[in-house]
Amino acid sequence: MHKQLMKGNEAIVRSAILSGCRAFYGYPITPASEITEAAALYMPQAGGVFLQAESEVASINMLYGAASAGVRVMTASSGPGISLMQEGISYMAGAELPCVIADITRGGPGLGNIAAEQSDYHQVVKGGGHGNYRTIVLAPHSVQEMADLTALAFELADKYRNPVVLLADGFIGQMMEPVEFPQRAIEPRQPEWAVAGTAETRGNLITSLHMDINDMEQHNRALEAKYRSAERHEARAEEWYAEGAEIVLVGYGIVGRILKAVTADARASGINVGVLRPITLYPFPSFNFQRLAKRARVFVVVEMSNGQLLEDVRLALNGARPVEFLNRMGGNVPSHDEVLAFVRELAQRTSSTIRPSMEQEEERVAHV
Amino acid sequence: MSNELISDYEVSHAKPKAFYERYARKEELQHQTHFCPGCGHGNVHKMLAKAIDELGIQDKTILVGPVGCSVFTYYYFDVGNVQAAHGRAPAVATGVKRSRPESIVIGYQGDGDLSAIGSAEILHAANRGEHITVIFVNNAIYSMTGGQAAPTTLIGQKSTTTPGGRNAATEGYPLHVSELLATLEAPVYIERVGLGDNKQIAQASRAIRRAVENQVRGLGFSLIEVLSPCPTIWKMSPVEAQHWVRDVMEKTFPLGVFRDRTREAQPRPLPEPEPALDQIPRILGIADKDLPDGSSAKNARAEEVDLRVRVAGFGGQGVLLLGEVLAEAGLDAGLEVSWLPSYGPEMRSGTSNCHVRLSSQTIDSPLVTIPNVLVAMNEPSLRKFDVSVRPGGWVIYNGDTFPEDCVREDVHVLALPFTQMADELGDARACNMVMLGALLEITGVLPQANIDAALHRLVKHSKWLELDERALARGRELYRESMQELAYES
Repeated sequence: MHKQLMKGNEAIVRSAILSGCRAFYGYPITPASEITEAAALYMPQAGGVFLQAESEVASINMLYGAASAGVRVMTASSGPGISLMQEGISYMAGAELPCVIADITRGGPGLGNIAAEQSDYHQVVKGGGHGNYRTIVLAPHSVQEMADLTALAFELADKYRNPVVLLADGFIGQMMEPVEFPQRAIEPRQPEWAVAGTAETRGNLITSLHMDINDMEQHNRALEAKYRSAERHEARAEEWYAEGAEIVLVGYGIVGRILKAVTADARASGINVGVLRPITLYPFPSFNFQRLAKRARVFVVVEMSNGQLLEDVRLALNGARPVEFLNRMGGNVPSHDEVLAFVRELAQRTSSTIRPSMEQEEERVAHV
Repeated sequence: MSNELISDYEVSHAKPKAFYERYARKEELQHQTHFCPGCGHGNVHKMLAKAIDELGIQDKTILVGPVGCSVFTYYYFDVGNVQAAHGRAPAVATGVKRSRPESIVIGYQGDGDLSAIGSAEILHAANRGEHITVIFVNNAIYSMTGGQAAPTTLIGQKSTTTPGGRNAATEGYPLHVSELLATLEAPVYIERVGLGDNKQIAQASRAIRRAVENQVRGLGFSLIEVLSPCPTIWKMSPVEAQHWVRDVMEKTFPLGVFRDRTREAQPRPLPEPEPALDQIPRILGIADKDLPDGSSAKNARAEEVDLRVRVAGFGGQGVLLLGEVLAEAGLDAGLEVSWLPSYGPEMRSGTSNCHVRLSSQTIDSPLVTIPNVLVAMNEPSLRKFDVSVRPGGWVIYNGDTFPEDCVREDVHVLALPFTQMADELGDARACNMVMLGALLEITGVLPQANIDAALHRLVKHSKWLELDERALARGRELYRESMQELAYES
C-alpha cells in the first residue's frame, strides 16, 4: 500500500466508500465541510447516493430512511449540527439502526467558534438525545486512524445495529498526514431485517415505538444487554510507555499526539511518565485504567473541554488513584511546554506525597 | 346530497390484500382498526390499500408512518413498514427511496405532523421533486395528543390551546399546504380531496390511486391532502363531523387539483450502473498503481531530518500551499510528514498559518510550537512567531528591512522583499514559492526531484506551474546571493 498526503476529513469519505457505504446525507458546517464535499464528489461515482439536506434534522432522518432500507449510510457535522441530530440519533438507537456520524468538533456552547475543541464529549459519549441509549464512540488521533476507525465504525454499527460516532477535534479533521488505504472495497450487503421494497422484506418493520410498558421495558433491557456486550468486547485504548509509568497522562484526539511528544521529553529528563489514550470513548476503556492504577501514582487528564473526559476517568479509577487535570478551551491547545511544565511540577510534588502503589499497599497489609 | 343513490357507487366489502388478515394492534379486536367511529383514517387506509392492490405493488411498497393517530399503519398494511419521527416522514422517505429507487415509497402524515413540526421536511422533499407519494390527512387539529391547535385549525375553531377559538391576530391563519406546495416547480401532482360525502370519498379514492400510480410510472412527487373528520376531538357525531368537513372545512380549504403535470412529466431515467468493486480504489484516487512510491527514497536517506516549520502570513498569500508543497515533497522523499493549518473562516485578509513537520522518525505531535524555520510572509506574523523560533534556527522574512525590535542574536535571518522579487518574475502571488525556494536552499533536506513531483501533483494549471518553478529557483538563488554578500562583507 502506498501513502498519500490527505486531510483527515477527506480520508473519512474514502474509507467509508471502501467500507461499503453507499449513501451520504449532510449539511455544511466548518470544520467538517470537506467530508460533505468529498462525499458529493465520490459517492455518485461509486454508485451511491449523495444529498445535501435542508438541515441536520433532515439529514439524520434521511440516514434513518437509508439505514431502514439496509444501506450503509453516514453523515458528518460539528457540534451545532450534532445538537440538531440528537432526536434522530435517539430514534435510530431505539429502532436499532446502524449508521456512522462524524463529529468534527468546534468551539461552543452556542455558535461558539470554528476552532478545535473537544467539548462535544458529553453530548456524543453520554447520548445527547432522549431515552435509555448509548452510541459507540471512536476517537481518532491521526489521519490514518480517521481512515481505519471509519472502517471499524461501519463494522461495529452493523454488528451492534447502533449508531457509531467518530469524534474528532477540528485539528484531526483539518490536518494532512500520509495515509494508506486497503486496496479492496467491501461489497455492500443488505441485512435481512431491512425494509427494502422486496417480497422477502415485506412485513419487516422498523420502529422505536413500544406502547406496552412491559414491551418498552423489555426493549430497554435488550438494549442494555447489547451495550454490556459492547463494553466487554469493544473497549480500545493505546498505551504509550504506560506500563509501569508513575504518572499516566490521559487524552484523546490531538491531545493524545501532544501527550506522546511530552512523554518523550519528560522521560528523557528521567520522569517515569506514559500515555493512556482512549480510542473508544464509549465503551470507555476502564480496564486499562484499573490495570495501570496498580503501578501508577497519579493520572493526569488533559483535554480541550471543561472536564468532560475527566468524569469518565474518575469513574474508571473509582478513587483508586488521584486525578490531576489540565485543560484549554475556546480553540486553544494545551501546548507542549505547558503540559511538560505541569508534568515536571507534578513529578516533584508527587515523589513524596502520593501514597505508594496498590501492590506495595497489599504487601504492607500482608505484613501486618 | 339527498339525490345520491347507493347504486351510483361501486361498493366493495372485500378487504384489500394489502391489509393484514388480522390486525394485531389489539388482542380483542383483530378485525377492527383502533380508530374512533367516524374517523377518516380508516377510509383513507382502505383507499390506499386498494390502490396498492390494483397496481400490484404490495411487495415493492414501503410505507413511512407518522406520529399521531395513524402511527400504527404497520398493524394494518402488509407491506414494508418504517415508522418515522414526528414530522420527519418526508426525510425518511427520501432516504429510503434514493437508495431503493425500485420500491414504491408512500409517506402518510397528519396535519400537525406535516404542516407544523415537519413543515421544512415536506417543503424540501416537494421542492426536490422526490419520487415519493405523500398522503396528508388534514383534520384541522392535533387529535392524538388531545385536541390542541394545528397550523390548519380554522379561524374561530376552539381547541385546548385556543380555548377562545383561533384568533388570526395572535395565531395567524390556517396554513394552505396544497396551495403552498403548488407554488414549487418540482411537484407533479397535488390535489385536495375530502371525506365530506360519498361523492367526495369516491374522488378521494381516485386521487390517491393516481398519486401512487404516478410513482409507479416514475413521474415524481405527488401529494394528496385529505380533509378528514375527527368526531371525537370535534365533539360531534360521526355524521355531523362528516358534514362539517363538507360544509365548514371546505370553505377554508377548497377542494381541487392544484398541480397536475402527469401528462408532460418525463419518467425518471434509470440509475447509472454501479461500478465494479475493483474499480472503487481507482475512483477514489487511492489505487496503489496511481500513486508515487516513496519507499525507495526512504531507504536511500542517510542523515537524520527533523524540520519543524511554521508558515504565517495574510490569508490569500498562499501560506497553506507553501506548507503543502513542502509536506508533499517530504512524503515523496520518504520522510514522515504532517501539515496542520490554523484554519479560519473563508475570508481574505485574515491571518493564516500552518505547521509543517518533516522527520525521519514517526511524528508524535503535528503541532509546531518551537519551529526551527519560520517563514513570515508579513510583519504581524514575524512579530507573533519570532520569539518562538528555536535558537540556531532560521527566520525567512518577507520585507526590505527587518524590524529592529525583532532582531535576535541566536537565530539566522534571511530578510528580503520577496513579494517584489515575485512581481519581477511576473506575478506577486508567487511570493510563497520564492520563499519556499529559499527555505529549501537553506535546509537542503529535499532533493529537487521530490519538489518537482510535489509541485506537479499540487499545481494543475501549466501557467502557474511554470511560474512556480521559476519562483522556486529564484528563491534558491536569492539565498545563495545573500550568502555570497555575507562572505564579501566578512
